[in-house]
Amino acid sequence: MSDSKDLTPAAGDAAAPATQQALRPGEWPRADVAHHLRRTDTDPRAQKRAARQVAMMFLLSVLMVVLFIVAFVAIPRDAVITLPYIGAIGALTAAMGVTFGLAIFLIGAGAVHWAKKLMSDVEVVQERHPMKTDAEDTAVAADIYQVGKESSGFAKYPVIRRTMLLAMALVPIPFIVSLRDLWVTPPGITTPSEELLVTLWKPGMRLVTDITYQPVRADDIPVGGLVNVVPADLPLDEEETGNLDARAKSAAIIVRMTPEEIQSQQGEGWDYQGILAFSKICTHVGCPISLYQQRTHELLCPCHQSTFNLADSANVVFGPAARRMPQLPITVDDEGYLVAVSDFQEPVGPSFWELKESYS
Amino acid sequence: MSTSQLAPVEAKGAGVATYLDERVGANGFLRRNLNKVFPDHWSFMLGEVALYSFIVVLISGVYLTLFFKPSMVEVIYEGPYIPLKGVKMSQAYDSALDISFEVRGGLLMRQIHHWAALFFMTAIAVHMFRVFFTGAFRKPREMNWVVGVSLAMVSLMAGFSGYSLPDDLLSGTGLRIAEGIVLSIPIVGTWVSFLMFGGEFPGTDFISRLYGIHILLIPGILLALITVHLMMVWVQKHTQFPGPARTNNNVVGYPLMPIYMAKAGGFFFLVFGIIVVIAGIVQLNPIWLFGPYTPDQVSAGTQPDWYIGWLDGALRVMPNWEIQALGYTLSLNILIPALVVPGIITTLLIAYPFIEAWASGDKSEHHLLDRPRDAPTRTALGVMAITFYVLLWIGGGNDIIAVGFDLSINFIIWALRISLIVLPPIAFLITRRICLALQRRDRDKLLHGRETGQILRMPNGEFLEIHAPLNEEERAKIMAKPDVKPLPMPPETDSTGVKNPRLKKDRRRAKISQFLFGDNIAAPTSAEISEADAHLAHEVQQDAPVVAEEESLQIAHDGAVLEESSSTRD
Repeated sequence: MSDSKDLTPAAGDAAAPATQQALRPGEWPRADVAHHLRRTDTDPRAQKRAARQVAMMFLLSVLMVVLFIVAFVAIPRDAVITLPYIGAIGALTAAMGVTFGLAIFLIGAGAVHWAKKLMSDVEVVQERHPMKTDAEDTAVAADIYQVGKESSGFAKYPVIRRTMLLAMALVPIPFIVSLRDLWVTPPGITTPSEELLVTLWKPGMRLVTDITYQPVRADDIPVGGLVNVVPADLPLDEEETGNLDARAKSAAIIVRMTPEEIQSQQGEGWDYQGILAFSKICTHVGCPISLYQQRTHELLCPCHQSTFNLADSANVVFGPAARRMPQLPITVDDEGYLVAVSDFQEPVGPSFWELKESYS
Repeated sequence: MSTSQLAPVEAKGAGVATYLDERVGANGFLRRNLNKVFPDHWSFMLGEVALYSFIVVLISGVYLTLFFKPSMVEVIYEGPYIPLKGVKMSQAYDSALDISFEVRGGLLMRQIHHWAALFFMTAIAVHMFRVFFTGAFRKPREMNWVVGVSLAMVSLMAGFSGYSLPDDLLSGTGLRIAEGIVLSIPIVGTWVSFLMFGGEFPGTDFISRLYGIHILLIPGILLALITVHLMMVWVQKHTQFPGPARTNNNVVGYPLMPIYMAKAGGFFFLVFGIIVVIAGIVQLNPIWLFGPYTPDQVSAGTQPDWYIGWLDGALRVMPNWEIQALGYTLSLNILIPALVVPGIITTLLIAYPFIEAWASGDKSEHHLLDRPRDAPTRTALGVMAITFYVLLWIGGGNDIIAVGFDLSINFIIWALRISLIVLPPIAFLITRRICLALQRRDRDKLLHGRETGQILRMPNGEFLEIHAPLNEEERAKIMAKPDVKPLPMPPETDSTGVKNPRLKKDRRRAKISQFLFGDNIAAPTSAEISEADAHLAHEVQQDAPVVAEEESLQIAHDGAVLEESSSTRD
């Protein structure tokens, strides 16, 4: 790299006679660009001051480490301080962040200050060489490759070549097949879509509120009201399975409007005195929907703003969702509590490949 | 080789170097590399920011693994955060709360990790813009561009998998959307989803599966790619901007030892320190406010991290097209924004250097960077892509915008749908015009000098503006403009009258070449420059009146030139 031709000083560098001197091995010639002397180049006092500044930054970094330890020990976990523009934040986190951050920052600041003030700021020139290898090396390399290829018989025995490629192509298959049991298929189920098409709702199952699991009486729901419900069996199911899968499919909402406000439903008489139940899981990509505008009866998904008109079979009126929100047919039991007449009649949640028919 | 000759070097070169050299022969490498020259420019630090924030991510991430429990087993929260006391939640969320409230410095580390990830993604994006707009991807660096694009994509997965882990309401909703997207994949969608989640969403397996991917697989890939990325930079030497003494065959800058060791090493500490201070005082992702994930709850107005926002925006603005045929469903409303558009963008990004090389027919190495104006079509394409991206990103925040500006969501979405088709081409045209205008001004400055704003009144009453010659640096910058010519239209027959069998292909290539490199301002030829210089000198000699107050000034009619010193009067 540092052969003699790299070491010639750049031409026309009259301003800097120093570079006309012979370069030491490993030094690069100075670039032919304007160079201004810094204070620290000419004034020894400025030099000393810069050195002191650098050392001071390193020392301040040490101080910050000490302060960090003090903060760690002394500040209680729940102390809060209020900073301008930022507001109330945890005092311990803030103190640790500032001291630790400054301890790190000051090392960097010292190093950069050192480089800028005290190290040479003369730009130098290094030659580039084409990335391409010279002809001789290329020829030798090609020759070695050729000799190896011939002696291996790679070209001579196509049968070896092809069988090897075949074997190499197929050898990842056991690994991929082994991934099959990432999903242990439950008994009685063969494909994912079978699971996706059913929910926990059954004929006669009560609608209960989603957090306290209280059954809902039809009289309790005012016109314009919205209640989040789940199947009455859900708590038991979650207890048994230990997962939230059933909730992700069977969550529903009930809304009440006056019977004359209902323009259409997904099935004849699926409401109960103007109370309608719909899936809560968006048919777009599965966000739960709960933004309901009672005046227009529109249900808006907060994730991607798909909008459904609950008074008109929950049809899509705007946004990226393609399917309407499935309706749950409901009625009341002997005690006046809302119950499901059946499961949803349309698939709940996002569309998928195996959906057989168009809904809505 | 006598020991007496080596003695002084050994005395200076320290014992470690000798120790290493005697075992691995390191000194040859050191001799070649210790004084490697790096050019200086602020934009070359963007890649450094990315690298350093990645290191910060690794360090803070290791800390977090010591406390985080990647499990979806349900537990009851009993920690000090009162609003969630007694609430059922996954162990992952519970341990994330512990890190935030009970581990001293835990919240700081969580925020360092998240802030550093944001720095990382942002630096990658801006670094990529720098490389694109300056043409740094040209031969011999195309391979490194491909590595860089892959890095950007894997980093995106790193970010998404990371903020999905705490299993709070926001991250769970993000996963639900991801699952909805996977379900839309034709034929295998449901299977892929069920294998990922161990059955139906959300299941009880996913967090622990994602954890392994987030802390092992993705960082491993990133580390490998970063290593290749840096080694290629090292071997190929850094590109530089045009300037005095800077050519395609050299590197002008400061040597690694000691300047870049101090500057780049120091810069690591600066980046690290800034991230830690910000993480200490600026809160982000307050997971305790979101609550644990349950699939039947959601909060309005929450946003993903910025680098995912554009995908969410694409999902929002897409019309609700879904095809139902032959007993199967094809959800174009999800497939197009979530998979097809990102796929096309990635493919175009990876292919661009190769398209440009193919269309120019240029096989030479490029180590001098283009100024963006000097490659008007490339710059315009880049701005067009950024416009598209920014519009999608705005789409990702449409609900926030609707509330903030009191606009209807429907209006915003329709405005975005139209803008996504109309605005990028307009941005393309405007950018190209601006680039060409800047080039014209450069050419004008080169041939006629720079306007000084000083007006002179001549004895005959005429007013003149004094022009000053450009300084050496400006001149070098402008003169470095590459003279790229589009490929000529191929003739139908060659000189012997034989029809060109590849005529169609060649024509297409020439057309693309014309689009990319045609309609550019011609760089002044050396003849034009010397003619202009001579013309100006002539004018100066003939007409320049000497102004009494400033005797050294020389003024000329018609592109008058002001020389600061009389020594150029020759």
